Amino acid sequence: MPVSVTNSRLIYDALKSCDIKIISALPETWLVHLIRMADEDPDVTLVRLAKEEEGIGISAGAHLAGVNSALLMQNHGFLAAINPIVSLALLYKIPLLMLISYRGHFGEKDPWQTQGGLATEPILRALNIPIWHLTTPADVQRRIKDAQTLAHASLHPVAVLLSRELMWED
Amino acid sequence: MLRTDALAAIYPDIEDKIVVTIMGAVAAELYMLGHKEHFFYLEHAMGLASSMGLGIALALPEQKVVVLDGDGSLLMNLGTLSTMARYKPGNLLHLVFDNESLLSVGGFPTATSTGTDLAGVARASGVPSVMEVRTLEQLKEGVRHALAGETLTTIVAKVEAIGPKSFHMDLGLLENRFQFKRALERLQQKKD
Repeated sequence: MPVSVTNSRLIYDALKSCDIKIISALPETWLVHLIRMADEDPDVTLVRLAKEEEGIGISAGAHLAGVNSALLMQNHGFLAAINPIVSLALLYKIPLLMLISYRGHFGEKDPWQTQGGLATEPILRALNIPIWHLTTPADVQRRIKDAQTLAHASLHPVAVLLSRELMWED
Repeated sequence: MLRTDALAAIYPDIEDKIVVTIMGAVAAELYMLGHKEHFFYLEHAMGLASSMGLGIALALPEQKVVVLDGDGSLLMNLGTLSTMARYKPGNLLHLVFDNESLLSVGGFPTATSTGTDLAGVARASGVPSVMEVRTLEQLKEGVRHALAGETLTTIVAKVEAIGPKSFHMDLGLLENRFQFKRALERLQQKKD
């Protein structure tokens, strides 16, 4: 499975430098190494979800309890979590650090991913959620930290889109 | 059993705990019994109160967390039972008021009215301690037992489909949100 271990490690280290203590996730191909790293890290609680919307509740609870969290989700998982993003995170001004694997975009070979790929950015924009396309390893540390900083300052969800060129090695 | 009587019966046991409630009748009735700054009323996002409670319980393992859920809400997020059961936070009490209806939005019957057994679902999901209660005495006993122990517990309390006359709460959503976060900070400082 040509998912980049090196870049997954960079992303994981960036999350650690954001003092992330709780990571919620659902398995997806591009996220396998990140999920394994969280699972093997004794200082992080990995919450394996049944459905992504639970993760919005878990992150909201963690924030109100004063603990930093992050969500690892595929873009279809983001789509599955829209109502809680609107009626919990946006309604109650909850910062969310969402790392979203951007499937179905340029270079996608799986037809079943493509509709979600087309819908992801328009929906993020419709929700007024700031987006950063993470494409370059040199950017990872800085932009994940920036995303968390903005989420906390604005008390708003922020989306970091994990791109094909970062996550996948053909 | 009336839910308002059930809440009054357990109020002395939960008033010093972190409480997350669902919207509607449960929120209004708890609020009327006496608001505390460490009570959070999730006025939307149906189904997510238990996920929030799980997030708080995992973040603050030294604190007791009580989630007040309902049959309609829990049916919207049944996966929460399997996620809670997976991590089994012993500081979390999940209390479900099952009135077999969506009372706050017109009283339409839920699937528990046609046989879905939420205690059974919780048990089969792996929640280590599950009970179904029908009287105030059973409820009080169950809540006390769960709060005294260290075992994740789901209690399904069968109640009548009767709610308060008014759902009014003199507390803004964001006021509650910021107050609650501060209250949790203070609780945590006391423990440290």
